[in-house]
Amino acid sequence: MALLELKNVTKYYAGPTPALAGVSFTVKEGEFVSVIGPSGAGKSTLLRCINRMIEVTGGEILFGDLAVSKLKRRDLRKLRTGIGMIFQHYNLVDRLTVIENVLHGRLGYKSTLAGVLGLYSREEKMQAFNIIKILGLGEQVYQRCDQLSGGQKQRVGIARALVQNPKMILCDEPIASLDPNASKIIMDYLKKIANGMGITLICNLHQVNVALAYSDRIIGINKGKVVYDGPPGKLTADLTSEIYGTESGELIVDWGERYAS
Amino acid sequence: MQADIFTRRRNGGLLFFTLLTVLTTGSIVITRYDVLKGFTSIFRAFAWGAANFYPDAGAMTKLPDILLKLKETVLMSVASTTVAAIFAMFLALAGSSTTGLCSLSGIITRGVASIFRNIPLVAWAMVLMLAFSQSELTGYLALFFGSLGFLTRAFIETIDEVSNKPVEALQATGASYFQVVFQAVLPAGMPQLSSWLLFMVDTNIRDATLVGLLTGTGIGFSFDLYYKSMNFHAASLVVILIVITVIVVEMISNYVRRVIM
Repeated sequence: MALLELKNVTKYYAGPTPALAGVSFTVKEGEFVSVIGPSGAGKSTLLRCINRMIEVTGGEILFGDLAVSKLKRRDLRKLRTGIGMIFQHYNLVDRLTVIENVLHGRLGYKSTLAGVLGLYSREEKMQAFNIIKILGLGEQVYQRCDQLSGGQKQRVGIARALVQNPKMILCDEPIASLDPNASKIIMDYLKKIANGMGITLICNLHQVNVALAYSDRIIGINKGKVVYDGPPGKLTADLTSEIYGTESGELIVDWGERYAS
Repeated sequence: MQADIFTRRRNGGLLFFTLLTVLTTGSIVITRYDVLKGFTSIFRAFAWGAANFYPDAGAMTKLPDILLKLKETVLMSVASTTVAAIFAMFLALAGSSTTGLCSLSGIITRGVASIFRNIPLVAWAMVLMLAFSQSELTGYLALFFGSLGFLTRAFIETIDEVSNKPVEALQATGASYFQVVFQAVLPAGMPQLSSWLLFMVDTNIRDATLVGLLTGTGIGFSFDLYYKSMNFHAASLVVILIVITVIVVEMISNYVRRVIM
C-alpha cells in the first residue's frame, strides 16, 4: 500500500531555475528509500517539502489520504507528529539532557501549555527511556547533549524521531558528519527501524555505496529531476555517473560492496 | 608584483599618518587649545584632588543618607533593566528570522530597536523630563527605553545564532510556536541572554548616576548637591561608593555567568 505519493512536485526559489522539476514517485509502507545525487540537486528541498518545512510551488503530495499542501495549521501539526526527522547536524538543544531532547518528540501530541511547561506523562517518559535504552544510550540519559560524541548525538536524534511513533522518518544526510564507525552504527539502526518496526524511511545520502548496501530502493536526483528510481541491484556504474553527471571512472564507489552485504 | 604590494602598504601607512597629523594639528589650531597647559593642568587637578577630594569624618556622617540614595539607584536600574528585558524578549522573538512572524515584523522591530538604541540616554532623560518633570519615573523610563533598544538587538542576534537548528527540528515534530520558544529557543539561548541582561544591569547602574544628575534623583543628585555646595569630602565619598558598587555588581554577574554556562 502506498504511504506517500508525490505527483509532479515542483519548487522554485528566487530565480528561474527550479530546485525540483516535476518529481513524482510513490513510497510503500516500511520501505527504506535512499535519495542520492550531487550537492545542490534538490535532495534536502525534496525532503522538506514532504513535511512542508518548505512550501512547494506546484504539484501534490499525498501522505496516506491527506493532501499535504492543503492542510491548515492545526492539521499540519498533526501531520508532522506522524513524520519524524533526522538531521546532518543533529539539531539538538545542546544544553539540555538526552531525555529532555528525546521528549521533545512528544510535543506535537501535547496541549500548548503542557508543552511549554514541559509536563510529560509517566507513559511518555517510560517510552522515552525504553527507546534511549534500545539505542544504547542507557548510561547517558541524564547527560547534557554537548558532552556526547557525534554518533551518540545522532542516536539521540533518532530517539527523538522514534518517540513520535511515526509512520515515516525523513533523514537528511544522517551520517555526513560522522566517522565510518559511527556511520555504520547509525545506518544499522536505521535499517532495523525500517525492516523491524515497519517505519518508512526516506534517507538523503552522499555515499553511494552506503545507499547500495542498506536501501530497498534508490532514487537518483540531478538538477531537480528524478533520473533513476529502482532497486539497488539495477543501479549500474553508467546510471550512477548519469546521476552525478560525471564519467563513471571518476567516482569513488566500491561496487564490490553490495555483493558483500 | 610582490614589491608592488609592499610599496602600496608603505604608501598607505604614510598617507594614514599624514592625515592623522593634519587632523590633529588642524583641530588644535582651530580650537586654540594649549597642549602644554592642558597636560600640566592634569597634574594640578590631581594635586587639588589629593588635597580636597577625599572623604573625611564630616563626610562619614552623611553615609546613611548616601547609602539610601545608592540603594534607590541600584534598585531602579535593576527594575528598569529587567522589565525592559521582558519587553525586549517579545520584540526579539518577533524580530528574529528564526522565530519571526514575517520579514516585515523583522524589519519593523529592528528599526524600532535601532531608534531606541541610538537616542542618547541623556536625550531620553531631557525629553521625558518635559512629561514627568524631575522624578524617579523620568530616570526609570530613560533607562528603560535605552535598555529596550539595546537588549532587543542583542536578543535578536542571540536567538538567530543559537537556535535555528533546534527550532527547525522542533517544528518538524509538530510542536507549536510557543512550545518551540520555551523548549528550544529559551533553553538554547539562556546563557547568552542572561549574560546580556547582566551586562545591561552593570551599564545601567553606571548610567543611572548620570541620569540622576539631570532628573534630580538618586545617587547622581546626592553627588550634584554635595559638589555644588562645595562639600567635596561628601562628594568624594559618593564617587568611591559608586565605584565599589559597580565593581561588586560586576563580580556578582561574572559569578552568575560562570554558574549558568
